[in-house]
Amino acid sequence: MQADNFEVLQKLLKQRSGLVVSPEKAYLLESRLMPVARKWSVKGLDELVALVRAKRDEKLLQDITEAMTTNESSFFRDTRPFDQFKSVVLPQLMEQRASRRHLRIWCAAASTGQEPYSLAMVLHEERVRMNGWRVEILGTDLSTEVLDKARDGVYSQFEIQRGLPITYLVKYFRQDGDKWLLSPEIRQMVDYRPFNLLEDPTALGRFDIVFLRNVLIYFDRPDKASILGRVAKLMPSDGVLYLGGAETVFGISDRFKPVEGQRGIYQPTSDAEPSSAGRQAAAF
Amino acid sequence: MKTCLVVDDSRVVRKVARKILEELEFACDEAEDGKQAMDHCMVTMPDAILLDWNMPVMNGIEFLRALRQMTHGAEPKVVLCTTENDLNHIQEALSAGANEYIMKPFDSDIIQNKFEQVGLL
Repeated sequence: MQADNFEVLQKLLKQRSGLVVSPEKAYLLESRLMPVARKWSVKGLDELVALVRAKRDEKLLQDITEAMTTNESSFFRDTRPFDQFKSVVLPQLMEQRASRRHLRIWCAAASTGQEPYSLAMVLHEERVRMNGWRVEILGTDLSTEVLDKARDGVYSQFEIQRGLPITYLVKYFRQDGDKWLLSPEIRQMVDYRPFNLLEDPTALGRFDIVFLRNVLIYFDRPDKASILGRVAKLMPSDGVLYLGGAETVFGISDRFKPVEGQRGIYQPTSDAEPSSAGRQAAAF
Repeated sequence: MKTCLVVDDSRVVRKVARKILEELEFACDEAEDGKQAMDHCMVTMPDAILLDWNMPVMNGIEFLRALRQMTHGAEPKVVLCTTENDLNHIQEALSAGANEYIMKPFDSDIIQNKFEQVGLL
Protein backbone atom coordinates (compact mmCIF):
# COMPACT_ATOMS: atom_id res chain seq x y z
CA MET A 1 0.00 0.00 0.00
CA GLN A 2 1.27 3.48 -0.80
CA ALA A 3 2.45 5.52 2.19
CA ASP A 4 -0.04 8.35 1.64
CA ASN A 5 -2.89 5.85 1.46
CA PHE A 6 -1.73 4.25 4.70
CA GLU A 7 -1.86 7.70 6.31
CA VAL A 8 -5.42 8.25 5.08
CA LEU A 9 -6.54 5.01 6.72
CA GLN A 10 -4.50 5.75 9.84
CA LYS A 11 -6.16 9.18 10.26
CA LEU A 12 -9.61 7.85 9.46
CA LEU A 13 -9.36 5.12 12.11
CA LYS A 14 -7.91 7.43 14.75
CA GLN A 15 -10.61 10.00 14.12
CA ARG A 16 -13.57 7.63 14.04
CA SER A 17 -12.66 5.01 16.63
CA GLY A 18 -9.54 6.24 18.43
CA LEU A 19 -7.67 3.20 17.12
CA VAL A 20 -3.96 3.87 16.73
CA VAL A 21 -2.40 1.91 13.86
CA SER A 22 1.38 2.26 13.88
CA PRO A 23 3.33 1.60 10.64
CA GLU A 24 4.56 -1.74 12.01
CA LYS A 25 0.90 -2.81 12.37
CA ALA A 26 0.20 -2.01 8.71
CA TYR A 27 -0.19 -5.75 8.07
CA LEU A 28 -3.38 -5.59 10.17
CA LEU A 29 -4.87 -3.23 7.61
CA GLU A 30 -4.12 -5.73 4.84
CA SER A 31 -5.58 -8.70 6.66
CA ARG A 32 -8.70 -7.00 7.97
CA LEU A 33 -9.56 -4.61 5.17
CA MET A 34 -9.19 -6.94 2.19
CA PRO A 35 -12.68 -8.42 2.86
CA VAL A 36 -14.01 -4.82 2.84
CA ALA A 37 -12.23 -4.16 -0.47
CA ARG A 38 -13.84 -7.28 -1.95
CA LYS A 39 -17.25 -6.25 -0.61
CA TRP A 40 -16.89 -2.87 -2.33
CA SER A 41 -15.64 -4.57 -5.53
CA VAL A 42 -12.16 -3.08 -5.58
CA LYS A 43 -8.89 -4.96 -5.99
CA GLY A 44 -6.82 -3.78 -3.04
CA LEU A 45 -6.31 -1.23 -0.30
CA ASP A 46 -4.97 1.52 -2.59
CA GLU A 47 -8.17 1.24 -4.61
CA LEU A 48 -10.20 1.17 -1.39
CA VAL A 49 -8.60 4.46 -0.29
CA ALA A 50 -9.31 5.92 -3.73
CA LEU A 51 -12.95 5.00 -3.17
CA VAL A 52 -12.87 6.68 0.25
CA ARG A 53 -11.45 9.85 -1.31
CA ALA A 54 -13.97 9.81 -4.15
CA LYS A 55 -17.16 8.96 -2.28
CA ARG A 56 -16.80 9.67 1.49
CA ASP A 57 -19.63 7.17 1.71
CA GLU A 58 -20.68 6.81 5.37
CA LYS A 59 -21.38 3.08 4.99
CA LEU A 60 -17.92 2.54 3.50
CA LEU A 61 -16.28 4.46 6.35
CA GLN A 62 -18.29 2.44 8.84
CA ASP A 63 -17.30 -0.86 7.18
CA ILE A 64 -13.63 0.12 7.39
CA THR A 65 -13.88 1.18 11.03
CA GLU A 66 -15.82 -1.91 12.09
CA ALA A 67 -13.47 -4.27 10.27
CA MET A 68 -10.56 -2.89 12.27
CA THR A 69 -12.13 -3.25 15.70
CA THR A 70 -11.17 -6.29 17.73
CA ASN A 71 -14.14 -8.31 18.85
CA GLU A 72 -12.55 -11.04 20.86
CA SER A 73 -14.83 -11.98 23.70
CA SER A 74 -15.77 -14.92 25.83
CA PHE A 75 -18.25 -15.75 28.56
CA PHE A 76 -16.94 -15.07 32.06
CA ARG A 77 -13.66 -13.85 30.57
CA ASP A 78 -10.86 -14.20 33.15
CA THR A 79 -13.38 -15.70 35.67
CA ARG A 80 -12.16 -13.59 38.62
CA PRO A 81 -13.99 -10.33 37.80
CA PHE A 82 -17.29 -12.19 37.74
CA ASP A 83 -16.58 -14.03 41.01
CA GLN A 84 -15.66 -10.65 42.48
CA PHE A 85 -18.83 -9.11 41.07
CA LYS A 86 -21.00 -11.80 42.64
CA SER A 87 -19.31 -12.12 46.02
CA VAL A 88 -18.04 -8.58 46.74
CA VAL A 89 -19.37 -5.82 44.49
CA LEU A 90 -23.00 -6.88 44.14
CA PRO A 91 -23.66 -7.52 47.87
CA GLN A 92 -22.00 -4.21 48.76
CA LEU A 93 -23.98 -2.21 46.23
CA MET A 94 -27.21 -3.96 47.19
CA GLU A 95 -26.63 -2.82 50.74
CA GLN A 96 -25.90 0.73 49.65
CA ARG A 97 -28.86 0.86 47.27
CA ALA A 98 -31.28 -0.92 49.61
CA SER A 99 -33.71 1.99 49.66
CA ARG A 100 -34.07 2.58 45.93
CA ARG A 101 -33.44 -1.05 44.82
CA HIS A 102 -32.17 -0.05 41.40
CA LEU A 103 -28.85 -0.82 39.71
CA ARG A 104 -27.56 0.26 36.32
CA ILE A 105 -24.65 -1.57 34.69
CA TRP A 106 -22.81 -0.53 31.53
CA CYS A 107 -20.69 -2.90 29.45
CA ALA A 108 -18.89 -0.33 27.35
CA ALA A 109 -17.29 -2.76 24.89
CA ALA A 110 -19.99 -5.38 24.73
CA SER A 111 -18.81 -6.97 21.48
CA THR A 112 -20.91 -10.06 20.71
CA GLY A 113 -22.63 -10.02 24.09
CA GLN A 114 -20.71 -12.54 26.16
CA GLU A 115 -19.81 -10.06 28.92
CA PRO A 116 -23.26 -8.52 29.52
CA TYR A 117 -24.89 -11.94 29.25
CA SER A 118 -22.42 -13.37 31.79
CA LEU A 119 -23.51 -10.62 34.20
CA ALA A 120 -27.16 -11.26 33.37
CA MET A 121 -26.74 -14.96 34.20
CA VAL A 122 -25.03 -14.12 37.50
CA LEU A 123 -27.86 -11.73 38.36
CA HIS A 124 -30.46 -14.29 37.34
CA GLU A 125 -28.87 -16.78 39.74
CA GLU A 126 -29.33 -14.15 42.46
CA ARG A 127 -32.97 -13.47 41.56
CA VAL A 128 -34.39 -14.67 44.87
CA ARG A 129 -32.13 -12.30 46.82
CA MET A 130 -32.82 -9.56 44.27
CA ASN A 131 -36.57 -9.90 44.29
CA GLY A 132 -38.06 -6.43 43.88
CA TRP A 133 -34.88 -4.98 42.39
CA ARG A 134 -34.71 -3.28 39.02
CA VAL A 135 -31.44 -4.03 37.27
CA GLU A 136 -30.61 -2.53 33.89
CA ILE A 137 -27.71 -3.77 31.81
CA LEU A 138 -26.66 -1.71 28.82
CA GLY A 139 -24.21 -3.13 26.28
CA THR A 140 -22.61 -0.73 23.82
CA ASP A 141 -20.09 -1.19 21.06
CA LEU A 142 -18.77 0.78 18.14
CA SER A 143 -19.71 -2.00 15.74
CA THR A 144 -23.37 -2.38 14.84
CA GLU A 145 -22.57 -5.76 13.29
CA VAL A 146 -21.39 -7.31 16.56
CA LEU A 147 -24.35 -5.80 18.39
CA ASP A 148 -26.71 -7.56 15.98
CA LYS A 149 -25.02 -10.84 16.87
CA ALA A 150 -25.24 -9.95 20.56
CA ARG A 151 -28.98 -9.33 20.29
CA ASP A 152 -29.47 -12.66 18.51
CA GLY A 153 -27.77 -14.54 21.34
CA VAL A 154 -26.72 -17.39 19.05
CA TYR A 155 -23.29 -18.91 19.67
CA SER A 156 -21.13 -21.66 18.21
CA GLN A 157 -19.83 -24.66 20.15
CA PHE A 158 -16.42 -22.98 20.15
CA GLU A 159 -17.86 -19.80 21.70
CA ILE A 160 -19.89 -21.51 24.41
CA GLN A 161 -16.89 -23.58 25.47
CA ARG A 162 -14.90 -20.41 26.16
CA GLY A 163 -15.62 -19.70 29.78
CA LEU A 164 -19.25 -20.71 30.15
CA PRO A 165 -19.72 -23.11 33.09
CA ILE A 166 -21.47 -26.24 31.89
CA THR A 167 -24.26 -25.84 34.46
CA TYR A 168 -25.09 -22.43 32.92
CA LEU A 169 -25.09 -23.94 29.42
CA VAL A 170 -27.63 -26.53 30.50
CA LYS A 171 -29.76 -23.97 32.32
CA TYR A 172 -29.73 -21.03 29.91
CA PHE A 173 -29.14 -22.37 26.39
CA ARG A 174 -31.08 -24.42 23.90
CA GLN A 175 -29.36 -26.45 21.20
CA ASP A 176 -30.24 -25.98 17.55
CA GLY A 177 -28.02 -28.16 15.36
CA ASP A 178 -24.48 -26.93 15.87
CA LYS A 179 -25.66 -23.61 17.36
CA TRP A 180 -26.51 -22.72 20.95
CA LEU A 181 -29.37 -20.28 21.55
CA LEU A 182 -29.43 -18.16 24.68
CA SER A 183 -32.77 -18.19 26.49
CA PRO A 184 -35.05 -15.17 26.00
CA GLU A 185 -35.18 -14.50 29.75
CA ILE A 186 -31.44 -13.74 29.77
CA ARG A 187 -31.45 -11.91 26.43
CA GLN A 188 -34.23 -9.64 27.69
CA MET A 189 -32.09 -8.52 30.60
CA VAL A 190 -29.68 -6.65 28.30
CA ASP A 191 -30.25 -3.64 26.05
CA TYR A 192 -27.82 -2.87 23.25
CA ARG A 193 -26.97 0.41 21.62
CA PRO A 194 -24.15 1.48 19.29
CA PHE A 195 -21.80 3.91 20.98
CA ASN A 196 -18.36 5.31 20.23
CA LEU A 197 -16.22 5.76 23.34
CA LEU A 198 -14.73 8.90 21.83
CA GLU A 199 -18.13 10.57 22.13
CA ASP A 200 -19.90 12.09 25.13
CA PRO A 201 -21.76 9.30 26.99
CA THR A 202 -23.95 11.62 29.10
CA ALA A 203 -27.11 10.62 27.21
CA LEU A 204 -26.63 7.00 28.30
CA GLY A 205 -27.48 8.00 31.87
CA ARG A 206 -25.71 7.23 35.13
CA PHE A 207 -24.21 3.88 36.06
CA ASP A 208 -23.41 2.13 39.34
CA ILE A 209 -21.08 -0.35 37.65
CA VAL A 210 -19.09 0.07 34.44
CA PHE A 211 -17.26 -2.73 32.67
CA LEU A 212 -14.59 -1.13 30.47
CA ARG A 213 -12.45 -4.21 30.06
CA ASN A 214 -9.83 -4.84 27.41
CA VAL A 215 -10.72 -1.81 25.34
CA LEU A 216 -8.52 1.03 26.62
CA ILE A 217 -5.49 -0.86 25.29
CA TYR A 218 -6.49 0.15 21.77
CA PHE A 219 -6.41 3.90 22.49
CA ASP A 220 -3.52 6.31 22.88
CA ARG A 221 -2.88 7.91 26.25
CA PRO A 222 -4.80 11.20 25.76
CA ASP A 223 -7.86 9.29 24.51
CA LYS A 224 -7.62 6.85 27.44
CA ALA A 225 -7.57 9.80 29.85
CA SER A 226 -10.53 11.53 28.25
CA ILE A 227 -12.58 8.30 28.11
CA LEU A 228 -11.92 7.65 31.81
CA GLY A 229 -12.81 11.27 32.61
CA ARG A 230 -16.13 11.01 30.80
CA VAL A 231 -16.95 7.65 32.40
CA ALA A 232 -16.18 9.03 35.88
CA LYS A 233 -18.77 11.76 35.35
CA LEU A 234 -21.48 9.12 34.92
CA MET A 235 -20.71 7.37 38.18
CA PRO A 236 -21.46 8.06 41.83
CA SER A 237 -18.43 8.00 44.13
CA ASP A 238 -19.39 4.53 45.38
CA GLY A 239 -19.71 3.20 41.83
CA VAL A 240 -17.35 0.53 40.53
CA LEU A 241 -15.27 0.48 37.36
CA TYR A 242 -13.84 -2.75 35.99
CA LEU A 243 -10.78 -2.66 33.73
CA GLY A 244 -9.06 -5.56 31.97
CA GLY A 245 -6.26 -7.52 33.62
CA ALA A 246 -3.57 -5.71 31.60
CA GLU A 247 -5.07 -2.25 32.09
CA THR A 248 -4.69 0.38 34.78
CA VAL A 249 -5.54 4.01 35.55
CA PHE A 250 -2.06 4.69 36.98
CA GLY A 251 -0.27 7.40 35.08
CA ILE A 252 -3.32 7.95 32.85
CA SER A 253 -6.12 9.45 34.89
CA ASP A 254 -6.64 10.64 38.46
CA ARG A 255 -10.43 10.34 38.13
CA PHE A 256 -10.34 6.78 39.49
CA LYS A 257 -8.51 5.08 42.31
CA PRO A 258 -7.98 1.34 42.83
CA VAL A 259 -10.16 -0.41 45.39
CA GLU A 260 -7.88 -1.75 48.07
CA GLY A 261 -7.58 -5.52 48.11
CA GLN A 262 -9.63 -5.94 44.93
CA ARG A 263 -7.49 -6.26 41.81
CA GLY A 264 -8.83 -4.75 38.60
CA ILE A 265 -11.61 -2.62 40.11
CA TYR A 266 -11.62 1.13 40.66
CA GLN A 267 -13.82 3.81 42.16
CA PRO A 268 -14.20 7.44 41.15
CA THR A 269 -12.02 9.80 43.16
CA SER A 270 -13.69 12.12 45.62
CA ASP A 271 -13.92 15.05 43.21
CA ALA A 272 -16.28 12.98 41.06
CA GLU A 273 -20.05 13.12 41.53
CA PRO A 274 -21.30 12.32 45.06
CA SER A 275 -22.83 8.91 45.69
CA SER A 276 -26.56 8.60 45.26
CA ALA A 277 -26.95 7.86 48.95
CA GLY A 278 -24.80 10.85 49.83
CA ARG A 279 -22.19 8.63 51.46
CA GLN A 280 -18.46 8.38 51.01
CA ALA A 281 -17.08 5.74 48.68
CA ALA A 282 -17.56 2.29 50.08
CA ALA A 283 -14.76 0.19 51.48
CA PHE A 284 -15.05 -3.15 49.75
CA MET B 1 2.12 -30.84 42.09
CA LYS B 2 -1.48 -31.83 41.31
CA THR B 3 -2.19 -35.11 39.56
CA CYS B 4 -4.45 -35.80 36.59
CA LEU B 5 -5.52 -39.10 35.10
CA VAL B 6 -6.18 -38.88 31.36
CA VAL B 7 -8.66 -41.55 30.30
CA ASP B 8 -9.16 -41.99 26.56
CA ASP B 9 -8.89 -44.95 24.18
CA SER B 10 -7.13 -42.76 21.61
CA ARG B 11 -3.36 -42.66 22.09
CA VAL B 12 -3.22 -39.38 20.14
CA VAL B 13 -5.81 -37.66 22.35
CA ARG B 14 -4.02 -38.88 25.50
CA LYS B 15 -0.73 -37.55 24.16
CA VAL B 16 -2.16 -34.12 23.27
CA ALA B 17 -4.08 -33.80 26.56
CA ARG B 18 -1.05 -34.89 28.54
CA LYS B 19 1.13 -32.26 26.88
CA ILE B 20 -1.41 -29.51 27.65
CA LEU B 21 -1.86 -30.64 31.25
CA GLU B 22 1.87 -30.96 31.89
CA GLU B 23 2.25 -27.36 30.71
CA LEU B 24 -0.35 -26.50 33.35
CA GLU B 25 1.96 -28.26 35.84
CA PHE B 26 -0.06 -31.42 36.37
CA ALA B 27 1.66 -34.77 36.86
CA CYS B 28 -0.24 -37.05 34.45
CA ASP B 29 -1.04 -40.72 34.27
CA GLU B 30 -2.95 -42.38 31.47
CA ALA B 31 -5.63 -45.06 31.15
CA GLU B 32 -7.07 -46.53 27.95
CA ASP B 33 -10.56 -47.29 29.28
CA GLY B 34 -12.78 -47.07 32.36
CA LYS B 35 -11.57 -50.37 33.76
CA GLN B 36 -7.93 -49.30 33.68
CA ALA B 37 -8.93 -45.97 35.20
CA MET B 38 -10.78 -47.75 38.00
CA ASP B 39 -7.74 -49.92 38.74
CA HIS B 40 -5.63 -46.75 38.90
CA CYS B 41 -8.04 -44.99 41.27
CA MET B 42 -8.14 -47.97 43.64
CA VAL B 43 -4.42 -47.52 44.18
CA THR B 44 -4.02 -43.74 43.76
CA MET B 45 -6.85 -41.22 43.67
CA PRO B 46 -5.85 -38.32 41.39
CA ASP B 47 -6.85 -34.68 41.92
CA ALA B 48 -8.40 -34.50 38.44
CA ILE B 49 -9.67 -36.87 35.76
CA LEU B 50 -10.04 -35.90 32.11
CA LEU B 51 -12.48 -38.50 30.88
CA ASP B 52 -13.61 -39.66 27.44
CA TRP B 53 -17.14 -41.04 27.07
CA ASN B 54 -16.98 -43.78 24.43
CA MET B 55 -14.39 -46.37 25.31
CA PRO B 56 -14.27 -50.18 25.17
CA VAL B 57 -14.49 -52.42 28.25
CA MET B 58 -15.96 -49.74 30.53
CA ASN B 59 -17.15 -46.41 29.16
CA GLY B 60 -16.70 -43.00 30.76
CA ILE B 61 -20.12 -42.73 32.37
CA GLU B 62 -19.97 -46.26 33.81
CA PHE B 63 -16.57 -45.42 35.24
CA LEU B 64 -17.80 -42.09 36.65
CA ARG B 65 -20.78 -43.66 38.41
CA ALA B 66 -18.54 -46.37 39.89
CA LEU B 67 -15.94 -43.79 40.91
CA ARG B 68 -18.45 -41.66 42.81
CA GLN B 69 -19.46 -44.76 44.83
CA MET B 70 -15.88 -45.44 45.94
CA THR B 71 -14.34 -44.33 49.22
CA HIS B 72 -12.74 -40.95 48.40
CA GLY B 73 -14.33 -41.25 44.94
CA ALA B 74 -16.08 -37.90 45.39
CA GLU B 75 -12.77 -36.10 45.64
CA PRO B 76 -11.38 -35.91 42.09
CA LYS B 77 -12.71 -33.20 39.83
CA VAL B 78 -13.94 -34.98 36.71
CA VAL B 79 -14.02 -33.19 33.37
CA LEU B 80 -15.73 -35.13 30.57
CA CYS B 81 -14.03 -34.65 27.22
CA THR B 82 -16.06 -36.18 24.44
CA THR B 83 -17.49 -35.93 20.95
CA GLU B 84 -20.99 -36.27 22.47
CA ASN B 85 -22.20 -32.69 22.22
CA ASP B 86 -25.93 -32.71 22.85
CA LEU B 87 -27.76 -31.50 25.94
CA ASN B 88 -29.02 -34.97 26.90
CA HIS B 89 -25.50 -36.35 27.14
CA ILE B 90 -24.34 -33.28 29.07
CA GLN B 91 -27.19 -33.63 31.56
CA GLU B 92 -26.49 -37.36 31.95
CA ALA B 93 -22.83 -36.61 32.67
CA LEU B 94 -23.71 -33.97 35.27
CA SER B 95 -26.16 -36.37 36.95
CA ALA B 96 -23.44 -39.02 37.07
CA GLY B 97 -21.16 -36.60 38.90
CA ALA B 98 -19.13 -34.77 36.25
CA ASN B 99 -17.84 -31.37 37.33
CA GLU B 100 -17.32 -29.94 33.85
CA TYR B 101 -17.74 -30.92 30.23
CA ILE B 102 -15.60 -30.35 27.15
CA MET B 103 -16.90 -31.02 23.66
CA LYS B 104 -14.21 -32.22 21.28
CA PRO B 105 -12.35 -30.81 19.48
CA PHE B 106 -10.61 -29.01 22.32
CA ASP B 107 -7.53 -26.85 22.66
CA SER B 108 -5.27 -25.80 25.50
CA ASP B 109 -7.34 -22.67 26.29
CA ILE B 110 -10.51 -24.70 26.75
CA ILE B 111 -8.82 -27.23 29.03
CA GLN B 112 -7.18 -24.48 31.06
CA ASN B 113 -10.44 -22.59 31.35
CA LYS B 114 -12.46 -25.61 32.43
CA PHE B 115 -9.82 -26.64 34.98
CA GLU B 116 -9.88 -23.09 36.37
CA GLN B 117 -13.65 -23.20 36.65
CA VAL B 118 -13.60 -26.31 38.82
CA GLY B 119 -10.89 -24.85 41.03
CA LEU B 120 -7.97 -26.98 39.84
CA LEU B 121 -5.90 -23.96 38.75
